[in-house]
Amino acid sequence: MKTYIKANQPWWRIDLREIWEYRDLLRMLVRRDLTAVYKQTLLGPLWFIIQPLVTTVIFTIIFGQVAKVPTDGIPQFIFYMSGTVLWNYFSGCMTQAGNSLVGNMHVLTKVYFPRLVMPLSSVVTNLAHLALNFTMFLGFYLFFLFARDTAMVPQWSLLAFPLLVLQCALLGLALGLWIAGLTTKYRDLSFALPFLTQVWMFMTPIVWPASQVQNPALQWLLWLNPMAFVVECGRWMFTGAGTLSWAVGGLSVGMTAILLATGLLLFNRVQRNFVDTI
Amino acid sequence: MSEPAISVRGLSKRYHLGTIGRHTLADEFHYLWCRLRGRDPFQELLGVGDRRRRLSPEERQEWFWALRDASFDVQPGEVVGVIGRNGAGKSTLLKLLTRITEPTSGEAVIDGRVASLLEVGTGFHPELTGRENIYMNGTILGMKKREIDAKLDEIVAFSEIEPFIDTPVKRYSSGMYVRLAFSVAAHLDPEILLVDEVLAVGDAAFQKKCLGKMGDVARAGRTVLFVSHNMAGVKMLCSTGLFVEGGRVSEKMPVDEAVERYMASVVEEGQQVPVAQRTDRRGSGRVRIVGLDMVFEEARQGWTARVEYVSDQDRWKQAALRMTIKRSSGEVLTRLDSTLMPELPDDLPASGRATIELSPDVQFAPGDYLIDIWCQSGQEMLDRVGDACVFSVPDRVPFDWKGKSGSKAAWLVRQRWRVESR
Repeated sequence: MKTYIKANQPWWRIDLREIWEYRDLLRMLVRRDLTAVYKQTLLGPLWFIIQPLVTTVIFTIIFGQVAKVPTDGIPQFIFYMSGTVLWNYFSGCMTQAGNSLVGNMHVLTKVYFPRLVMPLSSVVTNLAHLALNFTMFLGFYLFFLFARDTAMVPQWSLLAFPLLVLQCALLGLALGLWIAGLTTKYRDLSFALPFLTQVWMFMTPIVWPASQVQNPALQWLLWLNPMAFVVECGRWMFTGAGTLSWAVGGLSVGMTAILLATGLLLFNRVQRNFVDTI
Repeated sequence: MSEPAISVRGLSKRYHLGTIGRHTLADEFHYLWCRLRGRDPFQELLGVGDRRRRLSPEERQEWFWALRDASFDVQPGEVVGVIGRNGAGKSTLLKLLTRITEPTSGEAVIDGRVASLLEVGTGFHPELTGRENIYMNGTILGMKKREIDAKLDEIVAFSEIEPFIDTPVKRYSSGMYVRLAFSVAAHLDPEILLVDEVLAVGDAAFQKKCLGKMGDVARAGRTVLFVSHNMAGVKMLCSTGLFVEGGRVSEKMPVDEAVERYMASVVEEGQQVPVAQRTDRRGSGRVRIVGLDMVFEEARQGWTARVEYVSDQDRWKQAALRMTIKRSSGEVLTRLDSTLMPELPDDLPASGRATIELSPDVQFAPGDYLIDIWCQSGQEMLDRVGDACVFSVPDRVPFDWKGKSGSKAAWLVRQRWRVESR
């Protein structure tokens, strides 16, 4: 086995086989993140249920009861929770992957392994949190579906829900790679990030349905946001309510692919020398 | 000759100095704004000179070559010591070979399974148990889970902390932590090992065990590149050495020669920086050594070491003031130890002056000598300065001898001869 160390390696070269070689490390990083978070906490994993639950309750009270924002005729509670759960997965992946270089500095300056393992592990870790959230959502969903009289109709396309989760994960990873690449050099970005995430959330149909956007210019703006389709489509799979088209789906998948490709390239460019600029 | 295990050609690394950097987006926008107006952003920031002329990077002193044009080969099974003073470029060389960062120019080829150890316990998480951290640390260092499974018992046994293996490491003492960390590292089993001074950890007994393990690795025909300040360790483990100074790496040479060059450069530096102004010290600093010199007292014809130390404490409990006198080749000649002297109490004044008179019956041979000095309170390290003082012994007639001693001995001993016919 030969290792070649050269100056100015082409920036588009990504050694996927090497990442596969380090799959045990990825598994360990996920385990570390999952166990370390819960140790010495009172409620442990419950925190990951409480947070979206409380958010949903607040949304239901403020946007549903007070502001009376329409929810495409489906129960407000399910409407807000479906959006929140998907958004939380996306923003969790983005934030954690985005912090994976700067936050693991002490390790990355001491030993080499394919840096991409770090953001990848963030996405997998958050998948565990999503599983928790999703189980909770499923409970409420089944309750509303069978115990209450609602207009919700589960769609056959629900079978493709894992694909939607995959898109959500890749999108979170893509943005995370961008952020990880940029924050190594520009630390001020990490201050802006929580704020930008919040702005983005309100620009995504989570507390309001896409059907409310009638202005064609605003519609463009809405669907250019790839998360808009993910949230709207996920909701439609479960309830049959939502505004969707093949064009909108294609645009979202295309945007995801572009963001992921550019994110990978940027990350790959930065990771080779970033320990010098930190 | 077989193919080298490590082959380095023209390896260089240039760093951007951070004085006038582009570290925030605001800086970047300023930079762009200046470029757009055809101004030099660096002059603009400094507010000096002709603002319309662009400075070259060298003029701005923006660049710094941490390593320049290093070329050498390491044969399979060779154990090479890389030595040089702080900031000479040793760590940069190691960082490039371990792929932590990329070279600016040049290349290196490493043929074989590499493991690098820049510290022990990388990736240890305080909340995880000892066992979990073995897996964490092991996979970070490039081991497969299967390999760790197979070696787990051995690793745990070597660390000597078996009863605590399922306790979170945050409850470990620092000694236990280091033991566990080193045992993982010791079981890496690579063909090529790149090591930074990780041996300077743990208590003396464990250090000995670590050095022994390193020796085993070296004897097992592995290729080792060993970066260190510990000249005794380097001489013990390595056959050849590379001397690094000012970013330049020397030719490969016998290890004794490399150590000698290192010592010569230390002697040169030691004559310039007094011990009170040295910043590369270790320890808690509760007692600080501010003065150290070695003088020859003509009156009694003997050497005297004088130490001055200060503290903000009232007492210095379980005081231990120790010195090691070394030849410029790195060999330890002798040790001066306050705790062995029956005339001294257990506690010493917190600030004070110590005078240590060496017997005039034993003299240093001509040459340059170095002193490492440290003070401890029980087991706690208070202050330690390596190569704190340099002194030269002139080439003169010792005692009442008829001439100079021509031998390379370290000591000259007053002696009386009697020769009788049989």
